[in-house]
Amino acid sequence: MVDNQSPEIFGQTPSQTVGPYFHYGLPWKGCADLVGVSEMGARTDLFPAENYKLNVSTAREAVIGDVIEIFGLVTDGAGTPVPDCLIEIWQADAAGIYNTTGDPRWAKSNHDGFPGYGRCATSAEGFYRFRTIMPGRVPSPDGGLQAAHIAISVFGRGMLKRLATRMYFDGGEGNDQDIVLNAVPAERRDTIIARRDEGDSWRMDIVLRGDNETAFFDI
Amino acid sequence: MTRLVGFKHEDAGAPPSYSEGYQSTRLRAPSKPLIRTPTTLTEVTGPTDGWEGLMGGAMADLTTQHAGMPQGQRIIVSGRVLDEDGRPAPNTVMEIWQANAAGRYIHIDDSWDAPHDPNFTGAGRVITDAQGRYRYVTIRPGCYPWGNHYNAWRPGHIHLSLMGPSFASRLVTQMYFPDDPLIEIDPIANAVPMPYRQRMVSRFDIETTEPNYGLGYLFDVVLRGREATPFEDDHDKDHH
Repeated sequence: MVDNQSPEIFGQTPSQTVGPYFHYGLPWKGCADLVGVSEMGARTDLFPAENYKLNVSTAREAVIGDVIEIFGLVTDGAGTPVPDCLIEIWQADAAGIYNTTGDPRWAKSNHDGFPGYGRCATSAEGFYRFRTIMPGRVPSPDGGLQAAHIAISVFGRGMLKRLATRMYFDGGEGNDQDIVLNAVPAERRDTIIARRDEGDSWRMDIVLRGDNETAFFDI
Repeated sequence: MTRLVGFKHEDAGAPPSYSEGYQSTRLRAPSKPLIRTPTTLTEVTGPTDGWEGLMGGAMADLTTQHAGMPQGQRIIVSGRVLDEDGRPAPNTVMEIWQANAAGRYIHIDDSWDAPHDPNFTGAGRVITDAQGRYRYVTIRPGCYPWGNHYNAWRPGHIHLSLMGPSFASRLVTQMYFPDDPLIEIDPIANAVPMPYRQRMVSRFDIETTEPNYGLGYLFDVVLRGREATPFEDDHDKDHH
């Protein structure tokens, strides 16, 4: 029988579900807080305290930009809230630069404490919630700028592979010209545009299946 | 502006989101096809730097996190993280979580009556070296029943989460063991068509095994590779 080490089946390792028990393995305290120090994102109510082995966020350099909260309800094909999802985000800083040496414009001198990456385990009620900053616009392959957006991954029990999507912002400059948003059929674009809720809080629900299903991407 | 070099799409070994035998996919898999979107800087970048500030440093020994040694068969798992062109993925983080030797998770929602082990949590983390290599020590996880269908049992498995070089290369998977008869009848493993399912089955290795210490298993993780360069694109067009 062939196995992982057999050259004849060498290729991409297949995806498998994250399962229902990832809470003591992936979402560390503060993983949903890209701005300050808190315990946002973790679900420490789901396992004993002596089994908390993950990192704990520590103070970092102040971040530059407009602090926002993004949140939403995750529901399944029956409209039932999903309390065991893991949501991840990846976004640019306020200047539109990604926090990685893989962004050719990144430099130590222009980088503040903003990580650009976060996780959030959904709550018992099925909500995700991040504290972050409004991302700046990043270059588009067509030579212009993309509209402000946040890349999103969704993992969960019953999900054999990661679902990728984006969050845009209602009224965002450049939404009309954005090449990714425009790749989504017009009638489904609203599913990935967050609406302003209260103050600096933006809401985008994630519907895994069914009516008003979120537009998921083959990236 | 410089042309972006994107990542290859999934290969024939990728499972579908919806899989008849895995009941929970029925309400959680999208009903509409995924939308092919253009590659931008967002997809080809990712949180490749500064791991320790986010997740913390390596925790490569899951058997020494409590006062005593955990129950069960101590094992050493090692291998490489590569892309599908065989290039090593250095400095990439792999997060690990698993059940204990009896097949019980420390999670409150795991209601099976197998015993907890006061000396085992089952969470770890490694970061690949310059050659993409990693190694960790743990105990072999037990099998456990689940509610998918009558008499359903999961094969022993270790959950793995990898970031890779970009948002596009993100991967969550499970590693299985050779000699486990439950793999053949597991709806989650078998959502991956054969022979590709076998990519997730580790190999026992006597060289990795350490005398009087633990059994060794080899497991390489292969991430999506880069698309052809613009030059190779042009070359293709000339010949088709």
